[in-house]
Amino acid sequence: MRKKFFEQMLLIRLFEEKIEELFTQGILFGTTHACIGQEAVAVGITQAMNEGDIITSNHRGHGHFIASTDDVDGLMAELMGKATGICAGRSGSQHLCKGDFYANGITGGMTAVATGMALAEKLKKSERIVISFFGDGALGEGVLYESLNMASLWKLPIVYVLENNYYAMSTHISCGVAGSMIDRAKAFGIEAQELNTNDVEVIYSSFEKIADGVRKQSRPHFLVINTYRQCGHSKSDDCNYRTREEEIGWKDKDPLTILGARLDKDVKNSIREKCASRIESAVEKASKADFPKIDSIYEGLFQ
Amino acid sequence: MITYAQSISQALDYKLKKDKNVILLGEDVCDPYGGAFKITKGLSTKYPDQVINTPMSEWALTGLAAGLAMRGIRPILEIMFGDFLTLCADQLINHATKFGWMYKGKVTVPMVIRTPMGGRRGYGPTHSQTLEKLFLGIPGLKIIAPSHFHDPGEQLIKAIEDNDPVLFIENKVLYTREIDELENGHIFDYSARKSKDEYETIILSNNDFKEHQVTVLTYGGMLPWVTVALNELLLEDEVTSEIIVPSYINKASMPEILESVEKTGRLVIVEEGTLFNGWGAEMAAQVINDGFELLESPVKRVAAKNVPIANTKILEDAVLPQVVDIKKAVEEVLK
Ligand SMILES: Cc1ncc(C[n+]2csc(CCOP(=O)(O)OP(=O)(O)O)c2C)c(N)n1
Ligand SMILES: [Mg+2]
Repeated sequence: MRKKFFEQMLLIRLFEEKIEELFTQGILFGTTHACIGQEAVAVGITQAMNEGDIITSNHRGHGHFIASTDDVDGLMAELMGKATGICAGRSGSQHLCKGDFYANGITGGMTAVATGMALAEKLKKSERIVISFFGDGALGEGVLYESLNMASLWKLPIVYVLENNYYAMSTHISCGVAGSMIDRAKAFGIEAQELNTNDVEVIYSSFEKIADGVRKQSRPHFLVINTYRQCGHSKSDDCNYRTREEEIGWKDKDPLTILGARLDKDVKNSIREKCASRIESAVEKASKADFPKIDSIYEGLFQ
Repeated sequence: MITYAQSISQALDYKLKKDKNVILLGEDVCDPYGGAFKITKGLSTKYPDQVINTPMSEWALTGLAAGLAMRGIRPILEIMFGDFLTLCADQLINHATKFGWMYKGKVTVPMVIRTPMGGRRGYGPTHSQTLEKLFLGIPGLKIIAPSHFHDPGEQLIKAIEDNDPVLFIENKVLYTREIDELENGHIFDYSARKSKDEYETIILSNNDFKEHQVTVLTYGGMLPWVTVALNELLLEDEVTSEIIVPSYINKASMPEILESVEKTGRLVIVEEGTLFNGWGAEMAAQVINDGFELLESPVKRVAAKNVPIANTKILEDAVLPQVVDIKKAVEEVLK
C-alpha cells in the first residue's frame, strides 16, 4: 500500500512537472492547472474507493484522473491535443472523461451533475457511490447549496470532497469564504468532517470509513481537506498574492516528504525511475501521434 | 378531441408506464397539486417511484438531470415557467449540451426540459416571456416547440426517446386548445402535409396546395393568431397563403421554406419573442443567403416589441404581436 501510494503521488508530481516543462518549451498550448502539493488528496481518496464508484472533478483534475485511471498515456496525448488523447483533443486539461470519471471547468458546476449521478445510482439500487471533488472557490457558487439540500433530502450516496487549498486563484479564503466551511454542510443535516493533513495514509483510512458509511446507509457526507497548492494557480501565475514564507512553511508538509520518510531510499529511487520512464514514454508516444482530423468536429453531433 | 395539455399529460403517462427508467421531476409536480399548470396531475399517484417533487432549485436541477441522464436514467424536468430558464442556462450550455461532444461520445445525455412559455395570460414581465430564442445557437441542443396542429404528445415522446438534450417548449395559450391532427390531407380547414423529419414541420395551404401569394413561417403559440389573420385576408381580399410550422425550431435547415418561397416570392415570419436577434432574424438570414433571387419583396418579421411585457392587458396586447400586425405585414409584402 505504502509503496503504491508513493508511486501514484510521485507519478502525478512528475507528470505535472513535465507539463510545466512542455509549456515552457512551447509544446503545449493553452492553459493548465497543476495539483503539485495536493497529491495526497487525490491518491488517498481514489485508493479507498470501490471499483465502479463514480468521480466528478474540476479544472485541477490531473491528480484525480491519474490516481483513479492510471492512464498517463491517454492524458498526455489529450493535453497535447492528439487524436489518441482520452477525448481525442476535445476536452484538454479541464474536461477529462474516462469510464466513471467526469470533469468540467465550470467552478462548482459538477456538484449538481454529481448529485444527479448519485440519484441515478440510488434509483438503480446499485452499490456505487459518487465522489465529487471541488475547491474552496466553489463555496461561492450557489449551485453547491442547491445540490447539498437535495442530497440531504433524498439521502443520496455521495461524498462532497472540498479540497481547501486556501486560495481561489488569487483570492484567499479570508476574502472569499465567510463563517465555517463544514458548518455549511452541517446546516443541511449532512455529516461533515475536516482533515488537516497532507498525509495520504490518514486521508486513505479516514475515507475508507466515510465511504463505507455512505455506501451502507445511503446518505451524503461532506469532507473538507486542508491542503496547499505549491505551484501557481495556472501556468501564468507568479503567486504575488502570497508570501514566500507561507510557501516554504507548506514545503515541510509536502505529501511526498511525509510519506517518503516512511520508505527506504532504494525503494523510493526505483519508484522514481519507473515513474519518470512512464512519463517519458507517454511524451514520446503522444508526440508521435496524429492530431485529430479536421472534419471530425461534427462527429457525434446532430446538425 | 383532446386538448394540448391532455396530449402532453397522456404522453408523460405513456412513457412513465412503458419505461421505468423515465422519471419526472420538478417543483410541485406531485399530487394533489399536480404542477402549476396541472400537466402532471395524477402521475405521482400512478407512478410514485418515478415522479419526484423537488425544491426550488432550477440551477442544480438542470445539472442533476444531466447527471441522471449520463448514468442511464431518462429524466424529464419540468421548469414551472419558461422565464426561469435563465437559471438553467449554465447547466444547459456548459454542462448538459457539452458532455456528449467534449467527452468524445463516451456519454449520452437523454434529458428533456419541459416548460410553459409565452404571454397573453396577464402574468406580467417575468412570467410571460418567450425566451427560447436565447438558446437557439447552442450546439447539441434541440428546441422542440410544437403547435396545436402537431401532435404535441407524440413530439414529447420523441423528445423523451431522443438521446440528446431537448428543450421542450409548451406555449401556455395552447394548453386549453383542442389539438387538430392531420387526416386525409387536411388539418382543420387546411390542406396539410408533414415533412418526413423526426420532428415534423407542418405545411398548411388555404388553397389546396395550388397557387399561393404569400408564405408565412411561424411556430408554437403564434399559429392560432396566424390562422385567424390569414383567414380574414382570404375572406376580405382573397389572399391565398401557405403556412410553414416547424416543431424543431433550431433545425439546421428547413427546405420547406425555400420550396414555398420559390412559388410565392413573399415571406412573412411571425414569432412571439422580441424582434431583435430573434428566431425570425435567423430564418430570414437563411432565406436571404440561399434564395435571395426568389424574393419579390423584402422579408417581413412580426414579433414582440422590444419592451418588457406589462401586466395589464391593454399594455400586454400592445407589446405582443396581434392579428392586425400579421395582416399588415402580409399586405405590405403583397404591395
Ligand atoms: C463559474 C466559474 N467562475 C470562474 C472561473 C475561473 N476560475 C477557474 S478556477 C478558479 C478558482 C477556483 O478556485 P478553487 O475552487 O478554490 O479551486 P483551486 O483552483 O484552488 O483548485 C477560477 C476563478 C470558472 N472556471 N468558473
Ligand atoms: Mg482553492
